[in-house]
Amino acid sequence: MEAYINGLSVISPQNTFNNSDFLSEPVVYTTNYLSCIEPSYKEYLNPTLARRMARIIKMGIAASNICMKDANVAMPDAIITGTALGCLEDTEKFLWAIIENEEQFLTPTSFIQSTHNTVSAQIALQLKCMNYNFTYVHKGFSFESALLDSLMTIAEGEAQNVLTGAHDEMTDKYYKVCDRIGYWKKENVSTFDLINSKTNGSIAGEGAAFFMLGAQKGENVYAKIRGLKTIYKPESAAEIEKHINQLLAEKGLTINDIDVVLYGINGDVQYDHVYYNLKDGLLKNSSATYFKHLCGEYQTASSFAMWIAAMILKTQNIPHAILIGENKRKPIKNVLIYNTFLNIDHSLLLLSAC
Amino acid sequence: MSKKIYITGLGIISAIGNNVEETLDFLNKQKSGVSSLDNIVSRYQHQLPVGEVKASNDELKKLAGIEHLPDNTRTTYLGIIAAKEAVKNAGINNMKEFRTGLISATSVGGMGITENLWFDYLNPEKTGEWLRYIETHECGDSTESIAESVGATDYVSTISTACSSSANSIMFGARLIKHGIVDRIIVGGTDSLSRFTINGFMTLMILDNEHCKPFDAERKGLNLGEGAGFIVLESEEAAKGKTILAELSGYGNSNDAYHQTASSPDGAGAYLAMEKAFKISGLKPENISYINAHGTGTAINDLSEGTAITRMFGKNVPFISSTKAYTGHTLGACGGIEAVFSVLAINHNTVFPNLNYKNQMPEVEFTPTTELLTNQKIDHVLSNSFGFGGNTSALIFSRHN
Repeated sequence: MEAYINGLSVISPQNTFNNSDFLSEPVVYTTNYLSCIEPSYKEYLNPTLARRMARIIKMGIAASNICMKDANVAMPDAIITGTALGCLEDTEKFLWAIIENEEQFLTPTSFIQSTHNTVSAQIALQLKCMNYNFTYVHKGFSFESALLDSLMTIAEGEAQNVLTGAHDEMTDKYYKVCDRIGYWKKENVSTFDLINSKTNGSIAGEGAAFFMLGAQKGENVYAKIRGLKTIYKPESAAEIEKHINQLLAEKGLTINDIDVVLYGINGDVQYDHVYYNLKDGLLKNSSATYFKHLCGEYQTASSFAMWIAAMILKTQNIPHAILIGENKRKPIKNVLIYNTFLNIDHSLLLLSAC
Repeated sequence: MSKKIYITGLGIISAIGNNVEETLDFLNKQKSGVSSLDNIVSRYQHQLPVGEVKASNDELKKLAGIEHLPDNTRTTYLGIIAAKEAVKNAGINNMKEFRTGLISATSVGGMGITENLWFDYLNPEKTGEWLRYIETHECGDSTESIAESVGATDYVSTISTACSSSANSIMFGARLIKHGIVDRIIVGGTDSLSRFTINGFMTLMILDNEHCKPFDAERKGLNLGEGAGFIVLESEEAAKGKTILAELSGYGNSNDAYHQTASSPDGAGAYLAMEKAFKISGLKPENISYINAHGTGTAINDLSEGTAITRMFGKNVPFISSTKAYTGHTLGACGGIEAVFSVLAINHNTVFPNLNYKNQMPEVEFTPTTELLTNQKIDHVLSNSFGFGGNTSALIFSRHN
């Protein structure tokens, strides 16, 4: 199962959404709560409609819109998304109203928009797209499940072009709630100091990313997705290594073929060792890069990583902002993404140059 | 790659029983499991008709056999009870023998607890052991607990597409087997009642304050319900030598692309989903013996679905019923629960009735089956599930020969 990435867009805490710059001047944050740099929505949405829409829905629609233009595809054959928390802002709004007003005087808008599949549904509604439409909501596997489904849909011949995306938003309230169970660092950490942090917790982030995956290579092709694996609670570092070797073997590749690895290093001293085990061990000959200092930690952050991997493969450039050490390899043919959310959900994603 | 998808185990808990045996007895008694809301402290407690599982969280935890573990959400308990039954029913003793995964589905995950503790979560002056419930909010959390409870963790994921969620989990699971990613998979969904859901549906004004009447001209809305339904899917290789209850022969998903919550009057999405399921199965409408309809009892759903079925089947609509009047609408769990009903219909040669029906809908040409029919040859069952966001799904279950 393979597919071409023929178009993409990611709305992130960096200036990424229109693909005109590849992290050449990264935005540096000095707090632990990163919010997206959003486009002006009037280009993508009717303003009357936009006023009633939650921020995450607008981000999803804008990112999918830019992605479709980038790929020059007007109507996808399937829309498949991943989101761990769905439409958080509206969920909180409705929740607050129920409790505060003791189940009275409620209006339906935020309830309607709180449904987890709202973004994929709204994209379908805007496009009048009656095709296959799925939303996966499994923590650190949300985007990976959407991606696997997309690859299967293409392999089945059911679709030529699949619009695959991921979105998760952070809110003030949810930031505070997750802070209570140790998700975030207690001290403020600046973007480029995160990697050297020796404390527990990470920095909060968010994003909306969309990719047009094609059975055929498009004119604007970025890269090819070769395969992916999800590993639930691996028992040991050896188990992760076994899966990496399996994934490569299935594609007729070896460890030496991996030019660049994108690690989900997030500055949390409790879990970052899983990345360093590979970086300094099995994958020591590959160039090492990381990304969560730029987008923050969230369940679907691997979608931001896939944007980076696709951009690296297309431009043959690794921005300084993501490099750990020197770039050892040229040309760049194969990029491996290794990510985990809280050391529970682990995923591997292999991309190759076209 | 397995061409066929075999169903080898069923597990269920809902307002009409805590397991398959109790459920079948209740179905055969032809009475509704809808009663008043008791377990949730709400403005609507002891008033609103709902399909509630009449057991406290402590009782459910015991039933789930996880008294040794920390307390969890009602959604998780319901899911564990149904998934464990399905695994036992499939005679799986050794999970390591084949690559086995679990896909669950839910509409609100751990909301039943979040809505009680949300203000406490936000109050830094309050603290306690209960803070660990924060992580149970995410939909995927119940799935991980369910997967661990049965030891099926080779592939784990969760789907949330509102009321078609668990039909979609069955579809995804079948495809994972066909692609050789797993050999066996436990698929279905779980949802518990919550004030969030009850009040949400209240604002939409689609709840009937009496027992729901699917496909009745005088229908006034739906009754909410709770429960879980899981089935075990196996590849031809994994199922060798086992008792096969039925096959999942077809599946299809489509989008109505008409409105965020309302179905289109012509049922375009529903029609496309059924059409895809027929294409995958190689069957034709005339092969279907029984339709287990989505039939929620709302004006819009039953019109949309009824119109799509009329378009698909013409004057030859087979036996058709909605079983929502038995269980209430269990949202993210209904596709799993109704998959169990569909397989039971095949195994017991039975059509379960559409309760509370009196008046013919003028817009459709069929009349639902209102009495329990036994000794019927039920070879192929079409099961529909439709959700918010225009999500429309259809599954076809077939007798294994």
